[in-house]
Amino acid sequence: MTLLGRTTVNVVVGVAVLYTLLPVTWLVLAATKDVDALFNSELFGDFSFVENVKNLFAMDKGLYSRWYLNSLLYAVVGAAVSAFISIAAGYAFDKYAFRHKEKLFGLVLAAVMVPQTVLALPLYLMASGAGLVNTFWAVFIPALFNPFGVYLGRVFSQGYVPGEVLEAARIDGAGDLATYFRVALRMLGPGVVTLFLFQLTTIWNNFFLPMVMLSDQKLYPVSLGLYQWNSSATVSPEYYPVVIMGSLFAVLPLILAFMLLQRFWKAGMTAGAVK
Amino acid sequence: MRGKLACAVLMAPFFLLLVTVFLVPTGTAIWLSFFAADQPGLGFGPESTVFVGLRSYGAVLSDPTFLNGLGTVVLYCLLYIPLMVVGALALALLLDSGVAKLRSWAQMSLYLPHAVPGIIAALIWLYLYTPGLSPIVDLFAQADIQINFLGLHTVLPSIVNIALWSNLGYNMVIFYAALQAVPREVLEASVVDGAGPVKQALRIKTPLVRGAIVTVGIFTLIWALQLFTEPVLLSQSTPMISARFSPSMYIYDAAFTRNNYGLAAAASVILLAFTVALSYGVTRWTNRKAV
Repeated sequence: MTLLGRTTVNVVVGVAVLYTLLPVTWLVLAATKDVDALFNSELFGDFSFVENVKNLFAMDKGLYSRWYLNSLLYAVVGAAVSAFISIAAGYAFDKYAFRHKEKLFGLVLAAVMVPQTVLALPLYLMASGAGLVNTFWAVFIPALFNPFGVYLGRVFSQGYVPGEVLEAARIDGAGDLATYFRVALRMLGPGVVTLFLFQLTTIWNNFFLPMVMLSDQKLYPVSLGLYQWNSSATVSPEYYPVVIMGSLFAVLPLILAFMLLQRFWKAGMTAGAVK
Repeated sequence: MRGKLACAVLMAPFFLLLVTVFLVPTGTAIWLSFFAADQPGLGFGPESTVFVGLRSYGAVLSDPTFLNGLGTVVLYCLLYIPLMVVGALALALLLDSGVAKLRSWAQMSLYLPHAVPGIIAALIWLYLYTPGLSPIVDLFAQADIQINFLGLHTVLPSIVNIALWSNLGYNMVIFYAALQAVPREVLEASVVDGAGPVKQALRIKTPLVRGAIVTVGIFTLIWALQLFTEPVLLSQSTPMISARFSPSMYIYDAAFTRNNYGLAAAASVILLAFTVALSYGVTRWTNRKAV
């Protein structure tokens, strides 16, 4: 390729990288500034990162750490349970034959299409009938449902678990369930991690359902808590620095998870796109 | 026999969820849309729920605020989806061309915003749109350009920008993975035939990743139609976004502010039908073009 072509390619990619990185950079810089520097939109102010962190965890009697723990509980536990549920169903769709299998699978795929806003009111009324509104379970249970995970689980099962291995286990006299838990699930390990990562992102992002279900601030996840603080900030500006610092902390776990588990999400996205 | 039992055990947890958090709620939404709470005469006595048939559908479809919201979302899709698909594909093609430097580092950076939760992406950009807080607005002001990112005509593009920022890298990775799966012999053959890098990207590679383009397009469409988080957050700071800015906001407002469950349910079913019809239409259209 010509020199001009090479330069153009690198400049365009460079501009795109700046576009994605600069807002995050701004967030990091803003979190280190004192209030005055923040409002004069100076790029660097007095370095007051530590003070901002203290303010964040002191605001409203330490509500933020409560939200953070809630988010971790909703997302980490929820994503783990969800990953095992989805992979088991995906495996069963792949390895067993039964009547109307493909129709049932079509129903699973159709569920991907249905907007969350459509399900919110009925879910709220159902939770209300069961006395679960404004409890942990109202947010936790619906988040376990991941139909796209079943689709990926089926793809992974096709790729990772050869039929001969299951046949060998059957000849050795192992029951189907024992085979699944002792043999197949181990081979599906990377797939479970991928599904875990996808659902971790989804639940950590979850905003609409908690907004509908929860009225007790102590049950809020970080997303909903910061939303509420931002609304307070429009009246009392002292909330701006805590919202900024709170946002920075809320971004960290996912970035960390993606860096540590890089190869797994790439595997998942490839499987989803190429099939 | 034993196999059937094992299969049922493995599927049971998922199908329990499918029924309780998907099938029953969907059915309930449809059921609710045919009923309304009727105030008894003079406002005395207990409220009763009565069958009203399609009345709520009529009310939603003749409500200008709902139709405006639907129009807003359609306009949003028309702006957002082409920008997203073309942008992500272009970046993937550039990275796949073999001349981009620091490729995996660039990919990581482009993907980073997807690890930022939607509400926080909206918060960051809201602050970058707010005069006094934002270095961008400041920079424009120094150049004597007054720009209001949250004005009547700029608020929708501002929302498009947030969504684009969040998802561009994610879709780029999907396209990149598909491009990597293109057989190298095909590309070598095209070089022998005298295709330059640009022609190769547009005439050879792009048609070969059509499947990925359709998948990304449909998923982006389904997500775009649910538009809620970004406008809800921005509405805290600008009067240009009403409580019924998008259909999803209309549903929330009807259900939880006005407590009109029949109306909210009817609007939900209409949004669902609209989503299914559009996705189906797009799928059919792309399949026909393939023949």
